[in-house]
Amino acid sequence: MKKITKIKGFTIHFLPYSEIRDLNSTGRIKKVLDIVLGNSILILQGRLKPEEETRLIEDTMAMMGHLKNFKGIELAVISGNENEKFFGKMRVGILNAISGADLGAITIIGPATIVKEIKRNPKKIELFLNR
Amino acid sequence: MAIKIVRNFFTRIFLSIFKSKGNIKLGFYGPPNAGKTSLANRICKDFTGEEIGSVSKIPHETRNVQFKEQVEIDYKGKKLTFKMIDTPGIATKIDYEDFLKYKMKKAESKKRAKEATQGIIESIKWLDDMDIVVVVLDATENPYNQVNITIIGNLAARKIPVVIVANKIDMKKADIKKIESAFPEYDVVGISAKYGTNLEEFYESIFKLAKKI
Repeated sequence: MKKITKIKGFTIHFLPYSEIRDLNSTGRIKKVLDIVLGNSILILQGRLKPEEETRLIEDTMAMMGHLKNFKGIELAVISGNENEKFFGKMRVGILNAISGADLGAITIIGPATIVKEIKRNPKKIELFLNR
Repeated sequence: MAIKIVRNFFTRIFLSIFKSKGNIKLGFYGPPNAGKTSLANRICKDFTGEEIGSVSKIPHETRNVQFKEQVEIDYKGKKLTFKMIDTPGIATKIDYEDFLKYKMKKAESKKRAKEATQGIIESIKWLDDMDIVVVVLDATENPYNQVNITIIGNLAARKIPVVIVANKIDMKKADIKKIESAFPEYDVVGISAKYGTNLEEFYESIFKLAKKI
């Protein structure tokens, strides 16, 4: 019989983009890291700006030296408009410009102690958890 | 205002003189173990006789940004001088236990992990200073890794010219087409840094990008 192993102690936290829309980059990264450090897997509507993504990596690395057992994060973004044709991209671009974000995207961020690996291709994301 | 315009004018003149001397900053970025140092070594060895850094099968061998000044590359009779900047591989997590698998001692592994985190921060800080960036990817790995997308997205946002290198094409599992379809807006050059395969096409891409800066 297959042994069922329990994974203990994590939650999935959904964050609508409206929660970070009015924050500056520092505030956004702090919010994201607070959630992840609370042992939650964050599912964010939309995505961070490219420079915020690198800042998130920098801050993660800086925190690793200060927090015991924090081994970093797993991060993946899946964007809905990657395979759009020219006019489709233009339409999405206009919508994004109005909303101020790529709302067709989903960002998944989890602590590396819980999320072992995130495999992605343009159409799906697979999360592999640590036991 | 007038002082600012004059200052900007002189800065531009100074930069253009500097660039005309051919001191183009060529950065090597990518995830760990993709072959950044192997490629930089291959180029440096071919044109200066010296290597830039050590390579290893153990990830995060490069933990500091490494430089080689005045590397004059001669391609089809044209010469350009580069400052080569080899950076530590960027990752979102580092677990010292991964190094134990390579028979490294615990204390040494922890030290390596700590140095690697600092190396990643240093790599990211250097992004703004590059004239051209070579993003080195392992052609045997899935290119849809978020680190690759983040690096390339950042370079695009900073308007820094990029060439993507699909390294390790000598290996059976290598799939350049997968990298091309992941990054259709970029030049992808398949090479083997280990055996020096297809470097001519790589130099051609670099010289083409050098014209844009």
